[in-house]
Amino acid sequence: MRALVWHGKEDIRCDTVTDPEIEQPRDAIVKVTSCAICGSDLHLFHNFIPAMLPGDVMGHEMMGEVVEVGSEARGKLKKGDRVVVPFTIICGECDQCKRGNFSVCQTTNRKKDLADKVFGHATAGLFGYTHLTGGYPGGQAEYLRVPFADATHIKVPDGIPDEKVLFLGDIFPTGWQAAVQCDIQPTDTVAIWGCGPVGQMAIRSAVLLSAKQVIAIDHLPERLEMAEAGGAITINFDEESVVERLNELTGGEGPEKCIDAVGMEAHVSPSMPDTVYDRAKQMLGAESDRPHILREMIYVCRPAGVISIPGVYGGLVDKIPMGQLMNKGLTIRTGQTHVNRWTDDLLRRIEEGQIDPSFVITHTVSLEDGPEMYKVFRDKQDSCIKVVLKP
Amino acid sequence: MAYYISNIARSKGDPKVLHSGPSSLGAADRLAKALGWYSIGLGIAELVAPERFTRALGMEGKEGLVRAYGVRELGHGIVSLSPDKHLGLWSRVAGDGLDIATLMTAMRHDNPKRNNVGIALAAVLGVTLLDIIGAQGVTARHSRPRGRPRSYRNRTGFPQGVQASRGAAKDFQVPPDMRAAPTLAAVSDRAPQERARSH
Repeated sequence: MRALVWHGKEDIRCDTVTDPEIEQPRDAIVKVTSCAICGSDLHLFHNFIPAMLPGDVMGHEMMGEVVEVGSEARGKLKKGDRVVVPFTIICGECDQCKRGNFSVCQTTNRKKDLADKVFGHATAGLFGYTHLTGGYPGGQAEYLRVPFADATHIKVPDGIPDEKVLFLGDIFPTGWQAAVQCDIQPTDTVAIWGCGPVGQMAIRSAVLLSAKQVIAIDHLPERLEMAEAGGAITINFDEESVVERLNELTGGEGPEKCIDAVGMEAHVSPSMPDTVYDRAKQMLGAESDRPHILREMIYVCRPAGVISIPGVYGGLVDKIPMGQLMNKGLTIRTGQTHVNRWTDDLLRRIEEGQIDPSFVITHTVSLEDGPEMYKVFRDKQDSCIKVVLKP
Repeated sequence: MAYYISNIARSKGDPKVLHSGPSSLGAADRLAKALGWYSIGLGIAELVAPERFTRALGMEGKEGLVRAYGVRELGHGIVSLSPDKHLGLWSRVAGDGLDIATLMTAMRHDNPKRNNVGIALAAVLGVTLLDIIGAQGVTARHSRPRGRPRSYRNRTGFPQGVQASRGAAKDFQVPPDMRAAPTLAAVSDRAPQERARSH
């Protein structure tokens, strides 16, 4: 089969690889009909997330049709079922899964020893990600083996186009969880840094969840325009001071809820000297992440407010103002998304027409064009916001 | 080839590479990578054995300068190998200018190694040409073209429109583990006496 394979920093290729096989009784094989390039794939593309190996198949946002089912998954799945595959692999049985903390499933990370050493305690296995999260082959491919498939799936009915439900596997529940863990009140201002795909979903989620005002921060005109279309007030950080504008929009008090949909690769600009400092340290390997957004959020957030972090961080950050964080009594909530915790509800909202997540798709291409689209997406060329691949 | 070794970390049913296809790396990216590693190699050589350079060029006594240039080369190399490779390559072009200027000072008639300096100058000029080609290539390949971006003005994501969608999910119950500690709204909605009592 064909698959997008990581060969090294910035080197993704459309390779011919062996077909995946059922290994365990709970496995299933899915013929992928649609998959997407996620913003966090770019962290792997840049080799900022440790423990990628040449030959790793990329992709953690995919859906398709079940073509083979292991003996113990047959009660829940059958050939021909249409499924979205969540990026978090879950057993559905461990203590964390029972609590709904699916992204920290205690069972599915098959490189548990390595993850225990690096993270202290292992988190769930993830598709198409680092070997710290199991090194499972991803879904930017024609076929995907889904481990623990009896629990790791979201069944979707026929009749809804792939584009409307594909993002149930990652960016929609990620944006939703980012908003939910802010516990938005009707009096709240929610500020969202980053108008990439997750930021766009967080904006729509905050609007649906009754935020008084949603403020979106970026510097790319097309992303800001899409944010505005979704009901956000926008701030272009190339043109105005984020802190001053946020204070102006909140009567000098700062936003109650802040969402970081940027993560470890904050934009670098001489007008934000800390980003240049972070970039230099990152190049030298003295810091893995560029946490400009965290610093700005901690500074501008209203005391006793909530900071929600769906953006991916990989390792060590520097110069985090703990004094501001502690004295202002801020709450930080973060984590990979507990996808299956939200998907039944979100699928219902899609079916009822509350939201159509396909609005974010700007490019649909074949799998062969995938390597080039990684470059286009990374360089923000051709107004690219979200790429869907058709294997 | 490295994936043959890394297959040790994979399980039996995981896909393995049979044939490699086209890469996301363009020709300019590969040139940047090669020049980045060249910078690092040259930088290490200048740092470790500066006297070899000064002796060959008749520039004895300038070892400190060569070492400084070695540090500079390492910087060029690190940046050229990073996602900001265009900066690395343009900094290499600037560095080439500095190298040429320095070598020109050694092109004196009384320098017995004048021929070596000439060879070095020719080599630097050749590398400069490669640096310029590489820098222009990666800049063109990775820049956002100027001009108007596409318009996404109509991409609301809300089939019923933005206004109708505000608060549409108010039926959603935030799970207890994700509720905010006493919310601003909850506290401010209560009477001051009640707030005082709760303390």
